[in-house]
Amino acid sequence: MSELLQISSIWQDAIFRLKSNRLAVFGGVFIILLIILATLTPWIAPYDYAQQDRVLGPTPPSFQHLLGTDYLGRDLLTRLLYGSRISLLVGFIATTVALIIGVTWGTVAGYLGGSIDTWMMRIVDTLYGIPFIILIILLMVVFGRSLVLMFMAIGAVEWLTMARIVRAQVNSLKQREFVLAAKAMGVKETTIMTRHLIPNTLGPVIVYATLTVPQVMLLEAFLSFLGLGVQAPMSSWGLLIRDGAVSMEESWWLLVFPAVIFSTTLFSLNFLGDGLRDALDPRMGPN
Amino acid sequence: MLKLILNRLMVSIPVLLAVVTITFFMVHAAPGGPFDFDRVVSPEVMEKLNEKYNLDAPLYKQYFDYLVSAIQGDFGPSFRYPGRTVAEMIAIGLPITFELAIYSILFATFLGITFGSLAALKQNTLLDYIPMSISMAGICIPSIVLGPLLSLIFGIWMGWLPVSGWGTYAGDKLLPVVTLGTAYAAYCARLTRGGMLEILGQDFIRTARAKGLSEFRVVVVHALRGGLIPVVSFLGPAIAGLLAGSFVVETIFGIPGLGRFYVQAAFNRDYTMILGTSIFFSALIILFNLLADLLGAAMDPRVRESYSDE
Repeated sequence: MSELLQISSIWQDAIFRLKSNRLAVFGGVFIILLIILATLTPWIAPYDYAQQDRVLGPTPPSFQHLLGTDYLGRDLLTRLLYGSRISLLVGFIATTVALIIGVTWGTVAGYLGGSIDTWMMRIVDTLYGIPFIILIILLMVVFGRSLVLMFMAIGAVEWLTMARIVRAQVNSLKQREFVLAAKAMGVKETTIMTRHLIPNTLGPVIVYATLTVPQVMLLEAFLSFLGLGVQAPMSSWGLLIRDGAVSMEESWWLLVFPAVIFSTTLFSLNFLGDGLRDALDPRMGPN
Repeated sequence: MLKLILNRLMVSIPVLLAVVTITFFMVHAAPGGPFDFDRVVSPEVMEKLNEKYNLDAPLYKQYFDYLVSAIQGDFGPSFRYPGRTVAEMIAIGLPITFELAIYSILFATFLGITFGSLAALKQNTLLDYIPMSISMAGICIPSIVLGPLLSLIFGIWMGWLPVSGWGTYAGDKLLPVVTLGTAYAAYCARLTRGGMLEILGQDFIRTARAKGLSEFRVVVVHALRGGLIPVVSFLGPAIAGLLAGSFVVETIFGIPGLGRFYVQAAFNRDYTMILGTSIFFSALIILFNLLADLLGAAMDPRVRESYSDE
């Protein structure tokens, strides 16, 4: 009870609420574990990701190969670990790109208001109508299957909702006293945006960024699954699921393990995002 | 209503034009693209392309030529299948993809609305918790995982259902439809539940109940109409997602639809085919978004009124 007497900040409150949400905690722990494993992969992976053993061929899980091997005798555990690097990388880079564009766009539109705001948001509305999955596939076909390009392209299409959320926040924040006070004191407009407005939009932005990560991971897996993303001998979860689907009749483990890992990751991120939303803004609640 | 239609059209047409322009110039900029003379293309196709779009002409003229014939539904010859035009390939694949999409959306809306309304009516009981937990799983498991897993379990281990084909074996349509529809069923259930909970608490529902209407009438006639608005406005994006999902599902189950043609075209770098189908798909998605928007407005008096005042 003594905790109640202390003045707790909004962040302490949020962390307390987050901790009481079991699914969100599970999600967070799983993601942290995954990040650690992915970072350490080059040192802990039992084999090289491209190392083949054609004589061995596909074998079920055993002590030499904990999750079995594929039709080229490559170790599945190793390939899953390397695949997690790609998934996390795309999740991180693409979300960062989306964050930068979305927050800037939303802040400028929301703060300036008037006809500039109308036009900027009209552009967002228009872009919403474009079927981006087709443009990304086209981009991969036309300019080659480069990883960096793919990450950027995915990030560049996921910023729209972010821009809307930030704009709505900024729009209501700019009428508040502390912003008016800053203005009255002659603080530069760019400083008002970066020092006063953006930090106060952080809650919703963190929530939405967490929910963007599984979306972009899914997009990468989707492209790799279709054979338009990451190419062998490199490894990605989408690619592994594709290989697993091709050979599931003889070797079920090649499909089941990547499928379970990928789904669990998506689950964890969604639970974590939902938990963060409930923790940071109890009013929003689950929809 | 007319004002609303015009308003939405004003957005849709520039979007479509933008998509056509971007895709055309992107394919044009492709190293070794179809409109590039150094490329090894069968002379037959090259000749046809030349005749159609006078490839010696300046770029802007080719673009306008393409635009004019695309509006008439002519996307030129296929690059990889000499003697076939892109329009012919679309005509072959589209009905199959459409069938798949329609079955999936029916599956999704039926399942979603039933369980969503049930969950809202029996809020905080097992009838609410169980379907909503399953729907969370349905949203999180992507089609690239669900499709192969379903065919592994029901096709190979159980041996109940065929794992490929479309209309060739009995029951071969079931797995693709479930794979494509599950995520949307889950979304529908959540949206219906949310929408219904909001509506069921309103005064006109209390009035309806006070009048002594049967519970069935109250729910189906009065509440569903308002409660389904979120579902209807979700249908537009859902159609877009369904078409993209058809790429995966048709590839997994070997269905000879437009989605598979599209993926193969992307794989083979069949540039004219991918340009044509991209534009076609985009037009389709934009059209369905427009329709879903209008349908949603027709159901929601608030939206209608906001356009009739001015």
